[in-house]
Amino acid sequence: MNHAWTALALLVATSAQAETAAELMARYQQEARLSDASFAASAQRGAQFFRQAGSKDWHCNTCHTDNPAAPGKHATTGKAIEPLAPAANPARFSKADKVEKWFKRNCNDVLERACTPAEKSDLLAYLQGVKP
Amino acid sequence: MSRIAPPDTLSRSTPAQARDANAARRGTGAKLLRMALAALLLGSGMGASAHDGHRFTLPADYREECGSCHVAYPPSLLDAPAWRAVLAGLEQHFGSDASLDAATRQNLGLYLERHAGRSAQLAARPAPGETAPRLTRTAWFQREHRPGHDGLSAGIWQNPAVKSPANCAACHTGAADGNFSEAAIRLPTAAGARR
Repeated sequence: MNHAWTALALLVATSAQAETAAELMARYQQEARLSDASFAASAQRGAQFFRQAGSKDWHCNTCHTDNPAAPGKHATTGKAIEPLAPAANPARFSKADKVEKWFKRNCNDVLERACTPAEKSDLLAYLQGVKP
Repeated sequence: MSRIAPPDTLSRSTPAQARDANAARRGTGAKLLRMALAALLLGSGMGASAHDGHRFTLPADYREECGSCHVAYPPSLLDAPAWRAVLAGLEQHFGSDASLDAATRQNLGLYLERHAGRSAQLAARPAPGETAPRLTRTAWFQREHRPGHDGLSAGIWQNPAVKSPANCAACHTGAADGNFSEAAIRLPTAAGARR
């Protein structure tokens, strides 16, 4: 299964400039394997992370809601947030720079630290499976 | 539909209009110079914040970087020193990490500097315990949003549909597109529904 994802990701990477969630997940997974060779991204762990991770009173779902395929709302400002799941919003996870920018900001806000490559690949495995 | 201001009340006191009035007082030469400068800025790389008092055209990269968590605020609503302080503290931006890479921060800094408000009414200092100034604390903002002014109540910021003075779009329905015109204002009901 993981080989299939990697193969798919490579295929996509060579055919288009923009990234896909699958390709980014594969990239984070490769990175995670540098410290744990047997690591495999898990949608189940990703779903748990989405709802439970956090050292303050914020979790991912505080703003992105419990359904990542639905529009969210910023917890402080009330501003609408476009859906996070790529199936509901194809613009999501299509630019590696932007993905890294938001992981940096949001992980700092929610966890008060950077997210690990393993956490990022788990989260992407989960979000890819969420259908609107 | 509720109107919170007669057309002349709001437009008379916007920073842009105040600047226009000042330019007129300085004479036609200054006015021409201003127009030439504006034309120059319109052609510049970052785009321009053209406005007719209440309508602002904000460049896409500014809206992308400064309009995700809140409405992209028109740069002319805060003076340059205040914007500098905001940019210097993006890692701790009112409780959130809003950090940018160095190149993006520099570009946005140039844009904000160029289009910042010029009036003393648009200066702001950080509130106690905060590192950056809020544009909702300028004399201009406070005056335009004072209780009793054009149907505003003291409790408007606690209204569940508003929550915060930072939530422009709660009443300025076109705020996301830079439209702060009086015709686009809808005050929510006391229960939090939009009229």
